[in-house]
Amino acid sequence: MTVTPVLSAQSIRRAYPLAGRSVEAVRGLSLDVMAGEWVAVVGPSGCGKSTLLNLLGAIDRPTAGRIVIAGRDVSALGDAEATRFRLTGVGFVFQRFYLMPTLTAAENVELPMAEARMPRAARSARARELLAYVGLDGRAEHRPFQLSGGEQQRVAIARALANRPALLLADEPTGELDARTGAEMIALLDRLNHDGTTIVTVTHDEELAQAARRVVHMRDGVIVDDVVRRPLEATA
Amino acid sequence: MIARLAIAALTRRRARTALTVAGVAVAAAMLLDMVMLGSGMRESFRGFIDQQGFQLRLTPRGTMPFDSEATVGGATALVATLRADPDIVRVGPVLGGKHFVAVDTGVVAGFLLGIDPAAQGDYRLEAGHDLAAADEIVVSTAWLAATGRALGDTVRVAGGYDPQLRRATGERTLRIVGQGRFQMLAASDRAAAVPLATAQAMGGADRADRVSVLLVETRGAADAEAVAARIEASEARLTALSTEAALKFVDERLGYFRQLAFILASVSLAVGFLLVTTLVTVSVNERIGEIAVMRAIGVARARIVSQIVLEGVALSLAGATLGLGLGLVTARWLNGILATFPGLPAAFDFFRFEPGAAFRALGLLVCCGIAAGVWPAWRAATLPIATTLREEAVA
Repeated sequence: MTVTPVLSAQSIRRAYPLAGRSVEAVRGLSLDVMAGEWVAVVGPSGCGKSTLLNLLGAIDRPTAGRIVIAGRDVSALGDAEATRFRLTGVGFVFQRFYLMPTLTAAENVELPMAEARMPRAARSARARELLAYVGLDGRAEHRPFQLSGGEQQRVAIARALANRPALLLADEPTGELDARTGAEMIALLDRLNHDGTTIVTVTHDEELAQAARRVVHMRDGVIVDDVVRRPLEATA
Repeated sequence: MIARLAIAALTRRRARTALTVAGVAVAAAMLLDMVMLGSGMRESFRGFIDQQGFQLRLTPRGTMPFDSEATVGGATALVATLRADPDIVRVGPVLGGKHFVAVDTGVVAGFLLGIDPAAQGDYRLEAGHDLAAADEIVVSTAWLAATGRALGDTVRVAGGYDPQLRRATGERTLRIVGQGRFQMLAASDRAAAVPLATAQAMGGADRADRVSVLLVETRGAADAEAVAARIEASEARLTALSTEAALKFVDERLGYFRQLAFILASVSLAVGFLLVTTLVTVSVNERIGEIAVMRAIGVARARIVSQIVLEGVALSLAGATLGLGLGLVTARWLNGILATFPGLPAAFDFFRFEPGAAFRALGLLVCCGIAAGVWPAWRAATLPIATTLREEAVA
């Protein structure tokens, strides 16, 4: 198996103005993620995990440093380019699912594809395929309020994969789920990674962190430990 | 998908959306009514004038038609002179006055018009036949009701009444040959028309060979204003009023009405704008997290703006459509009330539906809907995604 870096963050910093002074949430952090890896970023609240995820997903811009994803420098993109990158380059999964409540599960999955101008028939077919992949093939026409938390998170994962992103970013994906549903979610992420999806998750969930191939520990905006639990070659 | 999201956002809180649409509909109805009122009376007046088919009205110098009891003498010669003018096709002399008919309960008074049946524009025959002899009379429906007479009856009609002597003057025996609708008079007016010579004779020596107004139809290619100027220059006793001059005069008199209509129409527009802005802003604030997520997953700013502006447009369109119907119903109702004002012609419209003006006004309201959505849309599209998501998560 050829291992290539899909994500490379070099000396990134993110400072916020707070009460008249500048506070750094991420302080000169560097991280490389190889294609096919599953990295869990763990650490105490306020250590900069979510800020890091926002920077990696071009939701936020670093005040210093460089982020290259799939060969593209995303740290200095303008709004339109960053938006396009978020649409096709990365997939987001949020702790609170954040599905559009007025759309069905299938329509939620179709939303990024519609934005990417994929023809209606093709996006409909892919939405069904993705919903079947996450185990929701019978729930395509259900609205979010008709789905359980675990099912909503599965729809959110299907939505994140809609435009075949190079990287899946998940912010506390099991944070709103009970233990059993959380375990199902971990199994789904494991299957996704096994099928080739590169994943970066931010989590407090010890079981989720244990399932990842690599665990990165953060504290005060920097990486303090980086443990590879299952090398790529081990499952290649 | 964006249209689907916009409609879904509006139907999410149906009662609130319905109330806003109702509010916009009321504003649209008022806007439409004010536009109709602004042009209705003028166009209604133009309709009356055009219906008569005469381009000029010649009156005693310094007066308006039937504004006073002033008359012009030497009518026969005057009419002959005018008819000789190559730019004039028809001349309709009219002598206005009063008439009296004795009934069992007393005396019925009404308007009497002395006209030339071949050149008149004062009434439209609804039953019977037109005047053909000196002893014939055409009367209004209200006249027949007040006198208890019917078509074909013979009636004694006086041109004057001396209350001290309790004696009618200028009495004639006339046969009722026609029932007409007197276009410049109210439906309740007791009006009658007789041949000009008969009316002059009934008025006694004071009215011999005199007329109140001369209606003039100019030749198609002739410039009515130029003909009017020429007549005024050659006949110092007359004021020549063209249709356009008459409309200008009416415009001046209706100026306050139009100003009021303009102010109320502007208020309606502002109310519609504020209603839509308020609803869209509240709706966007409720969905700020969803919008941040849409931005996070790659939905472009332009698409967010389109969706929210579309919501404003949908609200305005729905309100404008309902308002169109509501405005027409209200205008009809108000017209019915105002038409009962004494002295107004029965067919006079205060509110006249002019499709062009109405759709321009409602189009303006829809534009207001677009403008109303722009600010909340831009605010939503430019929100900081990471901060908004964090705040939503905390909330």
